[in-house]
Amino acid sequence: MNLVELAGIAKGFGRGEARVQALSDIHLTVAPGEVVGLRGPSGSGKSTLLNVVACILEPDAGVMRLAGETVWEGAWKRRDLRALRREKIGFIFQAHNLLPFLNATDNVALAITLSGVGLSEARQRAAALLDHLQVGRRASAMPALLSGGEAQRVAIARALANQPRIILADEPTAALDSERARVVMELLRRVAREQQAAILVVTHDEKIFDRFDRMVNLRDGRIESETHPGA
Amino acid sequence: MNLALRDIRHKLGRFLLTCAGLGLLLGVALAMVGIYRGVVEEALSLTRALDANLWVVEGGTRGPFAEASRIPGDTREAVARIAGVTAAGSVTFQTVEARVAGSAAASTAGAFRNEAGRERVGAPLRVQIVGYELDRPGGPPALVEGRGIAARREMVLDRGARQPLGAMVEIGGLRFRVVGLTARAVSSGGDPLGWITLADAQELQFRLNAPAARRATASGSQGQPQDSVNAVIARLAPHADPAQITEQLRRWKHLAALSEAEQEEVLTRSVVERARKQLGLFTGILLLVSGVIVALIVYMLTMDKLREIATLKLIGAPDRAIVSLVMQQALLLGAVSFASGAALLLLVKDVFPRRVVLGPEVLLAVAGVVFVICLLASLLGVRAALRIEPAQALGG
Repeated sequence: MNLVELAGIAKGFGRGEARVQALSDIHLTVAPGEVVGLRGPSGSGKSTLLNVVACILEPDAGVMRLAGETVWEGAWKRRDLRALRREKIGFIFQAHNLLPFLNATDNVALAITLSGVGLSEARQRAAALLDHLQVGRRASAMPALLSGGEAQRVAIARALANQPRIILADEPTAALDSERARVVMELLRRVAREQQAAILVVTHDEKIFDRFDRMVNLRDGRIESETHPGA
Repeated sequence: MNLALRDIRHKLGRFLLTCAGLGLLLGVALAMVGIYRGVVEEALSLTRALDANLWVVEGGTRGPFAEASRIPGDTREAVARIAGVTAAGSVTFQTVEARVAGSAAASTAGAFRNEAGRERVGAPLRVQIVGYELDRPGGPPALVEGRGIAARREMVLDRGARQPLGAMVEIGGLRFRVVGLTARAVSSGGDPLGWITLADAQELQFRLNAPAARRATASGSQGQPQDSVNAVIARLAPHADPAQITEQLRRWKHLAALSEAEQEEVLTRSVVERARKQLGLFTGILLLVSGVIVALIVYMLTMDKLREIATLKLIGAPDRAIVSLVMQQALLLGAVSFASGAALLLLVKDVFPRRVVLGPEVLLAVAGVVFVICLLASLLGVRAALRIEPAQALGG
């Protein structure tokens, strides 16, 4: 069963002559354990596609299924989209987006408490996750004191906090040097393999293209081609 | 996990500095409330100090504070004879600018003389003088220092005049020695009260009259008789009916009578009404300004956390967590600011020239108003927070 299934997804902005078709007839699947890259020039629709899969933007047409649940088909099938994101999706950002007023452990623990787990248990789980991602020794550090690579590992730990089946990453290596970028990609591949999660990554970063199972090339809101860099 | 507190702790210096600024503003607003209440307290201070059940004044007036009142000195005997009246005393009131000569010894040693060669003494002192008959109603309330008046040219003065026992005070060329001190006995204008004997007060009234009136009085042709007083105050037996006695007094056409409650009403609703309104309006404006400033601060604090709030929404934080973050910060801002403003004011309130009345009930009431202001002001921040799109967390 594919964890991400998009069939005929379309999304436009504006009306009349000013209307811009950002996505047209997108068919995309991501299987468990698969790491898929999304690339394309500026305005090709990468961010719009990521926002649609993240249930932030509502599509205009098509069908979207996430982790076996039909999420959109003519309309949202769930009222509480935040709960949906909490349960099924983990996010990794370009600028890691850690809350600056929480230390590394609490940044991860916060995501766990949002799904109803008590704080002390959430902290234990967060500490274990940070250890697993080899950043446990920085557990009590504030984000401002973490290096770019450490901050991104903490952000990955937060994304994994609720064991989501789908992980969406927006330029996760853009702020890292080549070596750290490859480490982060290895980490994502490991997570995909261990947790059988589907990972969809928007990227411009050519130095990591070979780390994807599949690369989807977008142009003018359409899937232009798919390549298999690792093959 | 309390995000509001964690965020405040993260930027504690900035938060405390903001609270200090807002605290000063709230301190000023609180001071205005205290001064407002102080004006009312001071207005009632004189009537309460004299402890009168009934005020007998000139017919057709609401004297002696709201209007001038002058009645014959023998009115007291007539009032005292009325059934139900246990005691009555004649009183006079005049606001004067006295001169202070320091201690009695210093005064005797000699003071400076003005250009005309007339002896003058010390710094000016504005006082409201109450003339009363010894051992009759109208005298000073409980003394905090010294003794009561035993003879002419003695004076009991309020501590607000900042004169020690034994100080010599010159009024209209007459010198009085301060023999006793009261506390917090002031006129409706905030001037300290001073008590002297009725005879001294009447002499002063004559001396302070305009020269033309003095000449007329001296010639006996016209003008006010010297044996006149401003009011007679009466104390009633517990069973006496004030309304009945008032009615009885009003039958004498040249007299009018006001109960203690009526006199207090005159003082608060008439004498200090404008000051009350002015202070009340200014307090309202200050609280409104505080509200606008709190709203702006909360809005800025919220917009500062735009990306954090977007991230919270994206990772699935419910709206109530975000609303609670904004509101708790607004309320903490108000609470810390109010506490610092109140603490500062309590430290300096005695330096104010007029009384600042800040009881626990005033502090609680203003704290309640600040709470409501912060709650309302936070709505602007809450609105801004709820409009932040989770998509704002994505991208560079």
